[in-house]
Amino acid sequence: MTTPHSDSPGTAPALDLDNAPDQIVAATTLDGLEKLRVGLFGRHGLVTAQLKQLGGLSPEQRKQQGDRINRLKAQLQQQLAARKTELETAELDQRLATERIDVTLPGRNHAIGGVHPLTRTLERIVDIFSRFGYDVVEGPEIEDDWHNFEALNFPPDHPARAMHDTFYFPDGRMLRTHTSPVQIRAMAGRQPPIRLIAPGKVYRSDSDQTHSPMFHQVEGLVVGEGITMADLKGTLTAFLRGFFERDFQMRFKPTYFPFVEPGADVVIAWQLPDGSSRWLEVLGCGMVHPKVLANCGIDPERYTGFAFGMGLDRLAMLRYGVNDLRAFFENDVRFLQQFN
Amino acid sequence: MRFSENWLREWVDPGVRRDELCLRLDMLGLEVESVTELGAGLEHIVVGQIIAAAPHPDADRLQVCRVDIGDSEPLQIVCGAANARVGLKAPLAKIGAQVGSLSIQAASLRGVESTGMLCSARELGLDDDASGLMELPADAAVGAPLAQFLGLPDASIELGLTPNRADCLGMLGLASDIAAAFDQPLTVPGGADGQAVAATIQDTRQVNLAAGADCPRYLCRVIDGVDASAPSPIWLSERLRRAGIRPVSAIVDVTSYVMLELGQPLHAFDQDRLQGAISVRHGRPKEALTLLDGSDVVIDEDFLVIADEAGAIALAGIMGGQESRVTDASSRILLESAHFRPAAIIGRARRLGLHTDASHRYERGVDPDLPRRAMERATALLLAIVGGQAGPVVEACDPAALPARKPVHLRQARIARLLGIDIPAARVAAILAGLDMQVQADADGQGWQVTPPSRRFDIAIEEDLIEEVARIHGYDQVPVRAPAGELAPTQPSEARLPDTRLRHALAARGWQEALTFAFVEHELLATWHLADGAIRLANPLSAELAVMRTRLLPGLVQALAYNRARQMPRLRLFELGRRFCLDGDQVRETDSLALAGCGPALAEHWQHQPARDFDFHDLKGELQALTGLGGEPAAWQFTATDQVPWLHPGRAATILHQGQPVGVIGSLHPSLLKALDLDEDVQVAEVDLDALRQAKVPRAQALSRYPQVRRDLALVVAADVPWQAIADAVRQAVGEDLEQLLVFDEYRGQGVGEGFKSLAMGLILRNPSRTLVDADADQAVARALAAVGEHFQAQLRS
Repeated sequence: MTTPHSDSPGTAPALDLDNAPDQIVAATTLDGLEKLRVGLFGRHGLVTAQLKQLGGLSPEQRKQQGDRINRLKAQLQQQLAARKTELETAELDQRLATERIDVTLPGRNHAIGGVHPLTRTLERIVDIFSRFGYDVVEGPEIEDDWHNFEALNFPPDHPARAMHDTFYFPDGRMLRTHTSPVQIRAMAGRQPPIRLIAPGKVYRSDSDQTHSPMFHQVEGLVVGEGITMADLKGTLTAFLRGFFERDFQMRFKPTYFPFVEPGADVVIAWQLPDGSSRWLEVLGCGMVHPKVLANCGIDPERYTGFAFGMGLDRLAMLRYGVNDLRAFFENDVRFLQQFN
Repeated sequence: MRFSENWLREWVDPGVRRDELCLRLDMLGLEVESVTELGAGLEHIVVGQIIAAAPHPDADRLQVCRVDIGDSEPLQIVCGAANARVGLKAPLAKIGAQVGSLSIQAASLRGVESTGMLCSARELGLDDDASGLMELPADAAVGAPLAQFLGLPDASIELGLTPNRADCLGMLGLASDIAAAFDQPLTVPGGADGQAVAATIQDTRQVNLAAGADCPRYLCRVIDGVDASAPSPIWLSERLRRAGIRPVSAIVDVTSYVMLELGQPLHAFDQDRLQGAISVRHGRPKEALTLLDGSDVVIDEDFLVIADEAGAIALAGIMGGQESRVTDASSRILLESAHFRPAAIIGRARRLGLHTDASHRYERGVDPDLPRRAMERATALLLAIVGGQAGPVVEACDPAALPARKPVHLRQARIARLLGIDIPAARVAAILAGLDMQVQADADGQGWQVTPPSRRFDIAIEEDLIEEVARIHGYDQVPVRAPAGELAPTQPSEARLPDTRLRHALAARGWQEALTFAFVEHELLATWHLADGAIRLANPLSAELAVMRTRLLPGLVQALAYNRARQMPRLRLFELGRRFCLDGDQVRETDSLALAGCGPALAEHWQHQPARDFDFHDLKGELQALTGLGGEPAAWQFTATDQVPWLHPGRAATILHQGQPVGVIGSLHPSLLKALDLDEDVQVAEVDLDALRQAKVPRAQALSRYPQVRRDLALVVAADVPWQAIADAVRQAVGEDLEQLLVFDEYRGQGVGEGFKSLAMGLILRNPSRTLVDADADQAVARALAAVGEHFQAQLRS
């Protein structure tokens, strides 16, 4: 915005009370306006001088002149104020115009981090089960034979042990092959009602596109009075549909784990991109074997319970469309950042 | 367990198609792992017989054959198979047939017309054998469709049986289960009932049981005058093939066949290579034996062997010996059929690196009532196929040591308590009876005494029976009850920070969580000087995954290097996990947090900033953002250390929480960077999670209504005096009015003497009950100056 510069000395006519209103309107800067205000109302201002002269007049004249001067004063002051607001607004507008920035440039330090996709998956699982009133407990990753096998009803040399490709230490201890030993530890320390999940790392001597020597499971255990297989089915159905946020066909198929009886594999009808569906095994479960309860000092006649175990990595693969399990442990940040 | 679908349907007709049968098998707990369709697309393929063969005039390896397919004129076929010879019967694909991806058409091979193709088993998708033409038996009818001759189409169904279902490792048990599930009768094929074969010779061999309960039953029988070189008939070898067993010779094949049919492993010895009585005994220390597969094994008392008077002739329940094996030249054989206690066999084969069809079954349990039935069945088959005369069956048995068939009590109420569904009593009884269990109702009508058949080793307690009932009734019949029940959750303590808080605080500050293996290469730990106390695996998958990590950092920095090598310029990685240390003979597992970062301090930006690398104090700031989460930042301290061999000795600190060392922070040692092939500085920290998890529950304090006073001063002190020491001294000297102490500059260089530094600090003073005046502030500064002057010879900078 440009305005002609009209208040430099010499170009403006001398201020008098007649031309004052025009001069106020013509003022183009706040400085110029201030000079006019001083010229009118300052110590030596024109209005001030007129007011001073009133003292020498007769009372009648004084009243007459006084009223006139006060009207003039009020009028000029109003004009000054109005012009000042106009000039201030114009000045602010001009400043704002010069302060314009490119708001589309990126913000400073906007590096975004994130938790691992398996953490993200686990947090979701924990959230769902927390709403069902489950505690989260943990156990050691290096286990002894009692907790990993024997107490879970795997007798020594039992063929079911061979299904767990176990990593051993020279002293006979092992890396836990499942999170089920946490059941034993949890039950040994408390009496029913028990309702917990136990997430953690597990280890098996196997490595390919769908097997990693280290992977993650989430164990679940519920023990109480009147717990039945119907509760097991209800809980896992609610969980799986909640986790995947969709409805699908589910089947509970009989299977064998030494520490449950009856035992079941849960398969879901998984929708493939081409619209067809495929049965996928997503977890194993069953009613806690009475020997396991007894091993932990819980009366199997009074209490019943169910247990389940799921592969966290597998659930994450399904949920987020990851095809190669190994990607979770490669730690390529380009992969990890997709989950931020 | 693999088997032919057609064979199964001879035992039981479930009245459903293949896909429904497979679905039902799955729902019975007999998981179908694969279904291989066989003999589809064998149209225009017939039995042909080569009646003449002459060398190809123009090709060394080819023959020009004339093949009879029952038509008036034989076909001329050019064939390159080495076993093509006059008289051989083999599959012939006529013009118009489809063999794999090949459409058979009349063709000229090097100038000789060929009007079809003689095929190998592999070409027809029947077997992996591609060594030559598929040899068909002499009695195959020339011109007959091959599919009809071979009993095709069929499917080879493979089950992934769980270890408890050994009863389904034979057609008898498998078909019984399916018959029960479909409520259809079981049809035992002719001969499979094991009707006794009368002895026509008197030859026997004495048996001594010398292993107690480990072998309570052992049967053997001599068969004289066999033709050991006879091949198996096609129906038998085909069934073996479709069960995944390669036919060997008729005698061996019959033993395999009966094992598949009934589930009872059998073995045949060459009777003329045995000396004296057979004894079943435990091995002797360092007893040596050469097995059928040619391997030499050394065993001990823990193994069970079959021996003659000269020594061990077989590893009981695992594999026969080389010396006593049946060869084409054998004319007298000794057939063995025995029961071994699973516990006597379990794990033994594995210890020798073996796994056999016999050990697989015996480990899981074979019906103790089967040996005689299997013996008779095998005898009948052998006499029919290889001829000969059978002697009487010699049976040694210790009835007291046979596994007892104990009745199991089942309460109807317990079924509902476990399954959450009421199944009518009549249905329960019918299901159990259908599974060949003897069911006797209790007098009060509330339950049953149930005796499982001798093949069901897995039925020992009430819950096992309930599973059987649920399995046949259908797991899908169990209702789905929404989560309910008695809650007893432990309430979370506010004095413990959940790990998610730490994770998400880091994520929000631009850190990426990684997850590395808990086992690493020993060399890697050694490079870091972190191998002390590391626990080695006895059976690692590879040298790279051989020892448990003693810290998370070596693995995490590897992940950093991995990404650095992939052109990622600015990396901030963290990991939460366990580290493992041997502490005496105890294993200590410690939850740990590791951080590793490198590259520019700030992300690259459009506004010019002086480029600066991520340094020690950047990382310290990140860490302090975490230690601050607990609400007690003053509980944390950092003290310089030059005792961490993997850190730069001048840029490393011990992290203390409430005076206890709980971690380290620093710049990686340049030598380590070099060893790890990293070309830039890396800042790292590792802290025990337990310390970070401790939090203070806040307690609100009244706020002072009085203004603060700030005084800035710059001190010159010796360069090696740490800020922390100055700060502690100033705090001590000024006392409670010191609300906050800031350091806003550290300067070394011109104007400050060599070996000295200048520290500029701000003292923020406030009193809770009065306004501080200049004189108060001057006094506070004077006290501070006096203290640092006295302790550190610090001077006000002029």
